Amino acid sequence: MKSMEEFREEIGDTSFVSVRGGGTRWNLGGPLREGTIIVEAPKGVINYKPEEMIVRVGAGTKLSTLQDDLSELKQEVALAGFSESTVGGSLAVGSSSHRRARIGAACDVLLQADCVGADGKQFVAGGPTVKNVTGYDICRLLVSSLGTLALIGVVTLRTRPKPEIGVWLKGELDFGEIANCCYRPASVLYDGSKTFVFIEGYEADVEKERVFLEKVGMTVMDRALEIPPLQKGETKKDLNGGFLDLQTGDVYSNDANSNIEVSEEVQRLSNRIKQNFDPTGRLNPGRKPH
Amino acid sequence: MRKSQRKVKDPLLISLIKALSEDRVTDGAAARRIYSKDASVIEGGRAGVICFPEDTAEVVKCVSLANEYDREFVTRGAGTGLAGGSVPCNDPIVIVTTRMKKIIDVDIEKKIAWVQPGVVNLDLSNFLKGTGLHFAPDPSSQQACTIGGNVANNSGGPHCLAYGVTNSHIAALEVVLPDSSIVQLGSIEGEARGYDLRGVFVGGEGTLGVATRIAVRLTEDPPEIATLLLDFSKITDAAETVSQIIANGVLPAALELMDRNVVAAVEPFAKAGYPLDAEAVLIAEVDGLPDGVSHEVGIITDIAINNGAREVRIAADEEERERIWKGRKSAFGAIAKIKPDYYLHDTVIPRGRLAEVIEKVYKIAETHDLVVMNVFHAGDGNLHPLLVFDARIPGTLEKVKKAGEEIVRISLEAGGVLSGEHGIGLEKQRFMSQQFSERDLEAQDALRRSFDPENRSNPHKVLPTGSSCGELNSLNEIPEGVWI
Ligand SMILES: Cc1cc2nc3c(=O)[nH]c(=O)nc-3n(C[C@H](O)[C@H](O)[C@H](O)COP(=O)(O)OP(=O)(O)OC[C@H]3O[C@@H](n4cnc5c(N)ncnc54)[C@H](O)[C@@H]3O)c2cc1C
Ligand SMILES: Cc1cc2nc3c(=O)[nH]c(=O)nc-3n(C[C@H](O)[C@H](O)[C@H](O)COP(=O)(O)OP(=O)(O)OC[C@H]3O[C@@H](n4cnc5c(N)ncnc54)[C@H](O)[C@@H]3O)c2cc1C
Repeated sequence: MKSMEEFREEIGDTSFVSVRGGGTRWNLGGPLREGTIIVEAPKGVINYKPEEMIVRVGAGTKLSTLQDDLSELKQEVALAGFSESTVGGSLAVGSSSHRRARIGAACDVLLQADCVGADGKQFVAGGPTVKNVTGYDICRLLVSSLGTLALIGVVTLRTRPKPEIGVWLKGELDFGEIANCCYRPASVLYDGSKTFVFIEGYEADVEKERVFLEKVGMTVMDRALEIPPLQKGETKKDLNGGFLDLQTGDVYSNDANSNIEVSEEVQRLSNRIKQNFDPTGRLNPGRKPH
Repeated sequence: MRKSQRKVKDPLLISLIKALSEDRVTDGAAARRIYSKDASVIEGGRAGVICFPEDTAEVVKCVSLANEYDREFVTRGAGTGLAGGSVPCNDPIVIVTTRMKKIIDVDIEKKIAWVQPGVVNLDLSNFLKGTGLHFAPDPSSQQACTIGGNVANNSGGPHCLAYGVTNSHIAALEVVLPDSSIVQLGSIEGEARGYDLRGVFVGGEGTLGVATRIAVRLTEDPPEIATLLLDFSKITDAAETVSQIIANGVLPAALELMDRNVVAAVEPFAKAGYPLDAEAVLIAEVDGLPDGVSHEVGIITDIAINNGAREVRIAADEEERERIWKGRKSAFGAIAKIKPDYYLHDTVIPRGRLAEVIEKVYKIAETHDLVVMNVFHAGDGNLHPLLVFDARIPGTLEKVKKAGEEIVRISLEAGGVLSGEHGIGLEKQRFMSQQFSERDLEAQDALRRSFDPENRSNPHKVLPTGSSCGELNSLNEIPEGVWI
């Protein structure tokens, strides 16, 4: 496995540079500036401690490989991606799972990150424990920063128990009726006409909720619902093949809306952050996380 | 509030009175004394003018005047912080949020409540009773501490083990930045685009601006709760039980450990039914749907018995459950009766090393001839060694300080971190470079500077500054109704 030192050397301290993961969201935030050096993050699971519910892993590791490893011990991480997505890419994009309402957001997953900054120096954000308020939370800043503030080499992630089973149901119930039938459903998605519910947990509990939902007209789906990527900042109700998450307000859709504006104050604050972390703009040039 | 009787009034005071009202601004000696401390061991703070705004516009006025007069400002909630976060240095304007205590709006369907920052944590929980929803973070100080303080310190509580600490429960924030502009961070409708500014503001310890309106996410009340009381004749067995519960895929809602000293102090008046001859008592709570709950109760019971638990008691009803928790919750009050002073530590270690580190904590206390009591959030490895002592005895404070440094050192050596929930404030600044390199701290400073380029909002805190303000000194009274 590539060491942090090798990763740091590849990044150097002067050229325009970007990390490529699985390339599944490669053009998110705008095209990469021409002539940018592209590097890969270290790959592989370094240390998995199920009893601590943490795993240390190279950011270049495929998310699916990691989830497979964890699921052997009935755990998982609350990140989402496609089959080629990497851990680092999922963090940089900040992809929460469609099960966010139950299992938490992507930003809660990253506990510690070994990174390389724009000055070509290595630094550590966060700490290796599941609870930590020591200093400023640079990990949260890195998640969804699209690799524009620092490049992520090795990470420690929070794992969680993987539910025994999960079931998708669909029907025409409204959210209130669904809420009456089940406790903390993992997903309640709406496509403009139908509602799709994902319930998960211990088998016996899920079975009972399934029966309740079937009694009120929902039907079990024979395979998992295919969900496009989450589009941050999107609130549109014209779903056009996408889904609105009725619990969180998130929109999942294939058509990314690049016209979403953040407020002037948020933009000003974000520009200052970028300027302070990467004064010459060499990290992932061309990409805008907002 | 006392009206100023002085002949020449500070022009800043006059401007603040004009901006707010005479009865909500003071620089009187008594108020300055009260607002120079929080619940930490830090003495030596110096408050300037103290003001009590009631809404965002008034906070903007206070912050604008701080800019105009080139003064620092410190935001203060209830002052229950244990790291000196709201202790003022350099006569700053102290912005007290206790009059900003409106619960602005509760949206049951969206499970969001907008509150002002001075709302007391428990007041929100009480307000929500009967709605089927609650605000999950339940710091032990919840009868007194404010939601603004919870946000600033990213506070935890016994029930944050499964549900996550404050940061996981904040959807959006309205913030007055140190330059007095107002910004909304985060979003209540889906995840916000761009850098996670909401996420980094939470836990910023008041150094990134003032939270003036907070959208908290509400959590559904669980349909079923089981509370277990496990007692052990060795604390190491209790610690091992904690590790194994987690390793077996059970993440309880709460997993709290009390050692023999705590049990002895608590039981006589809490009458929670804790066995007085136990070396350690573990409270485990699991919640959710009935089958899952009984499954997890089974796993916990088996693990505890295999690790030598003498008894596993499951609360038969709500009354018994409340009694078990009452003992835990009154720990602080009970301990305070043993010695006049206390110093509560707050490091985190990997759960697997609990047993070994606790043994070392006892040794440290013994070496320094101090009494230590352990009552803590064992499930996430968050140690709370509580040193109780009498500061009037010469030389004691030095010993307490020394013992504290050793506790921090052994926690870091075990692969832990400086703080699990109390924050760094003034208390642990000097240890920051033991956990972080200079470059790590530079990254943190880059974030801070982005929010506060002029270093106006609660400066001198969190990052080692070289400048000192306040001393670890004698200790305060315990705020009423709080527990550790
Ligand atoms: C349920 C679900 C939800 C999803 N939510 C979203 C979403 O909210 N928004 C969205 O656009 N996509 C979303 N996706 C897609 C998903 O986030 C991406 O497919 C994926 O995780 C990106 O990984 P990758 O390795 O392919 O990254 P790449 O496409 O290789 O890279 C993506 C970006 O991240 C940067 N990057 C990659 N690795 C690193 C690193 N180690 N350090 C620093 N920067 C790095 C790259 O430079 C690039 O800018 C979702 C997918 C699913 C299934
Ligand atoms: C006995 C006892 C038990 C405790 N138990 C726990 C526990 O279980 N878990 C836990 O996490 N903590 C605990 N604490 C610590 C403390 O209660 C928490 O940190 C609490 O959240 C502080 O709230 P407060 O309103 O008292 O804030 P303060 O002490 O007034 O301020 C704390 C920090 O927040 C900043 N601040 C306050 N309001 C705002 C605002 N509106 N905007 C920006 N910054 C602001 C201040 O500047 C300061 O840095 C305990 C304290 C005591 C005394």
